Amino acid sequence: MKTLASHRRHPAAVFVAILVGLFVTGGLYAVANTATQAQSAEQVDATQILTGKKLFLEGCSSCHGTAAQGTENGPTLIGVGSAAVHFQVSTGRMPLANPGAQAPQKPPEYSEADVAAMSAYVASLAPGPAIPTAEDLDYSDADVAEGGELFRANCSQCHQAAGRGGALSNGKYAPNLMEATPQEIYEAMLTGPQNMPVFGDSTMPPEDKQAIIAYVETLKASDDPGGWALGRFGPVTEGLFMWIGALLLVVACAIWIGAKVR
Amino acid sequence: MSTSQLAPVEAKGAGVATYLDERVGANGFLRRNLNKVFPDHWSFMLGEVALYSFIVVLISGVYLTLFFKPSMVEVIYEGPYIPLKGVKMSQAYDSALDISFEVRGGLLMRQIHHWAALFFMTAIAVHMFRVFFTGAFRKPREMNWVVGVSLAMVSLMAGFSGYSLPDDLLSGTGLRIAEGIVLSIPIVGTWVSFLMFGGEFPGTDFISRLYGIHILLIPGILLALITVHLMMVWVQKHTQFPGPARTNNNVVGYPLMPIYMAKAGGFFFLVFGIIVVIAGIVQLNPIWLFGPYTPDQVSAGTQPDWYIGWLDGALRVMPNWEIQALGYTLSLNILIPALVVPGIITTLLIAYPFIEAWASGDKSEHHLLDRPRDAPTRTALGVMAITFYVLLWIGGGNDIIAVGFDLSINFIIWALRISLIVLPPIAFLITRRICLALQRRDRDKLLHGRETGQILRMPNGEFLEIHAPLNEEERAKIMAKPDVKPLPMPPETDSTGVKNPRLKKDRRRAKISQFLFGDNIAAPTSAEISEADAHLAHEVQQDAPVVAEEESLQIAHDGAVLEESSSTRD
Repeated sequence: MKTLASHRRHPAAVFVAILVGLFVTGGLYAVANTATQAQSAEQVDATQILTGKKLFLEGCSSCHGTAAQGTENGPTLIGVGSAAVHFQVSTGRMPLANPGAQAPQKPPEYSEADVAAMSAYVASLAPGPAIPTAEDLDYSDADVAEGGELFRANCSQCHQAAGRGGALSNGKYAPNLMEATPQEIYEAMLTGPQNMPVFGDSTMPPEDKQAIIAYVETLKASDDPGGWALGRFGPVTEGLFMWIGALLLVVACAIWIGAKVR
Repeated sequence: MSTSQLAPVEAKGAGVATYLDERVGANGFLRRNLNKVFPDHWSFMLGEVALYSFIVVLISGVYLTLFFKPSMVEVIYEGPYIPLKGVKMSQAYDSALDISFEVRGGLLMRQIHHWAALFFMTAIAVHMFRVFFTGAFRKPREMNWVVGVSLAMVSLMAGFSGYSLPDDLLSGTGLRIAEGIVLSIPIVGTWVSFLMFGGEFPGTDFISRLYGIHILLIPGILLALITVHLMMVWVQKHTQFPGPARTNNNVVGYPLMPIYMAKAGGFFFLVFGIIVVIAGIVQLNPIWLFGPYTPDQVSAGTQPDWYIGWLDGALRVMPNWEIQALGYTLSLNILIPALVVPGIITTLLIAYPFIEAWASGDKSEHHLLDRPRDAPTRTALGVMAITFYVLLWIGGGNDIIAVGFDLSINFIIWALRISLIVLPPIAFLITRRICLALQRRDRDKLLHGRETGQILRMPNGEFLEIHAPLNEEERAKIMAKPDVKPLPMPPETDSTGVKNPRLKKDRRRAKISQFLFGDNIAAPTSAEISEADAHLAHEVQQDAPVVAEEESLQIAHDGAVLEESSSTRD
């Protein structure tokens, strides 16, 4: 105590006291705040589910039923999980503008927060595949070549070897993957939207999904060493270019050479 | 010193010429052939495009053979293309990837080779159109037409075998379809397939077998056929379009040396240049995107190159018909589109010149080409065939079209099935109508002159449009219309009252002849022409000041020098 008293009038004493005071207040606030946050997370969760339910009743229930039990116009959403909702709504596939062979991708109708609310609501109905976490989506250590093998074995028969999409029967199609984000690809594999089969974690573990995503991202980022790729559609566009572009050029030259000298 | 001044001045190179002449008698040969005259028209150069692209294919192909390893031995990829690193593949695919990524200029050479092959096939197709629509296949050139069709067919094989060599997913899938076609052959299919692949598909032998066929057998056959093709053109001389001073007995054009040497030589470098530029900037067959071939994988949007596309299309639009009997399956769904339809098309192509000659009864030689409108039925048949072909082509790309245009693939297939039956006849009728209409227009122009668009108002208020006579070239073109008459219906009995024993056959022939040559606009008779000329001359006199100007315009026609052929036909 004596030491403290003796330094009481030290020129730095005021600053030290203020500093200590600030640390203590800050520390106490931080502890108290975590507690309130933890408390409000539950509240937010509950309000989010409520908001989600409200949005669901407004925008989805006409086809999926007021309790998401499904109607003749739309399947049940009980047990589809938050991943399915996030995939369908954030890519604009749902809500469906009009019935057709397949829900087309379009600009999303709902904000990210609304999508999260609806996902939370549907997830609260029954357990199902959840929106992948940042860890799930981390494909930085994935083996690209392995992903290529998996892609060719599981995806290319519909999405085409270069991921450019392909036709299915009766107007259905596998979309172009060059427009899909890693999260969308992951969610699609988890939930099997539209005509796609489900690649659940038991048949395709998360590492394999990450490898496939890594391969698709490589395809997206890769240049075309040969030049203009004509959409990477293969021989159809190449043949079209031959007949429309190259042949006309050659015929123009033939006409030029064959022209009479005047 | 003074003696050297008196020595005769020798032209440069004369020494070489004399040397050659004294030993192999080259002078007569050279004089005869260097002065050979060729007629000028841009469409006569389409065959040249095919020849030149073939040369480019050969040159680039030789470069590729230096690096390609035609082996199906399994290796692990250790090259620079990361997305395939560590992947198991055949040595053929591995070396094709090396050519693309590691060999200096390899990718460019691969793309030159492939683009030149596409140029070759395309040029063959349009050259064939030109020969068909102008009737250049008529006597004495029927044999060369047959050689040409054979060239086209062997070229298809050349292209397909090349497409199949890199052993990537795309080429392997193509081979799988080829195997399926072989399997569909009744009775022997399975054994032929085993023979081809050395056992079960894909086996380990096929790439090396195909390689030999692709780089040795097929080019050898092509070279031989091209030589025959060109020698026949040389011997029979080139056909020409009708024009002033051009008859069935001469060739009007320019001599080979120096004009055609320069033109053809220059054109070679133009074609070569265009191929290289396109190969340099437009990617073709990016094999690294497809991955190695394994029979359990397939990619959506798998298509052959365009020249096989019609066969693929036929397979795709064919209904799924199969006959099962006595424990065997007859796969009509493959047999018909892949073997029967191409067989019929090839046979008809080869037979057409002979059918036309037989139906016309015409035994004379034809060195003047027909304008397509002057042979309406032939032109219409050609357009009909092209329509059929193009529809099959669309069928080959049905999945790409479905995705690209938001259509149902089932709708496209059904639309094509119906179109394949309905559209060719419609195309036939429309084309024949157009040809006949053009013929009427020609006749009209010949008899009444060309409309000048100048309207004259007479003192009495009457309006007249001035018609000017055609210039010499237009006139010659129209007047050259051959006067082909169909064979008459044979009488039942001859003049002595004896029944014709071949009546049925003769009638059928006359009917076909009527179909091919019956529908035609009669060419104006010489009496009609001279009357029309007199009338036009009268008009000219009447409106002297205006028409004088017109005439001076006509005199400025066609400045090209028409050289009478040194190689007159007999």
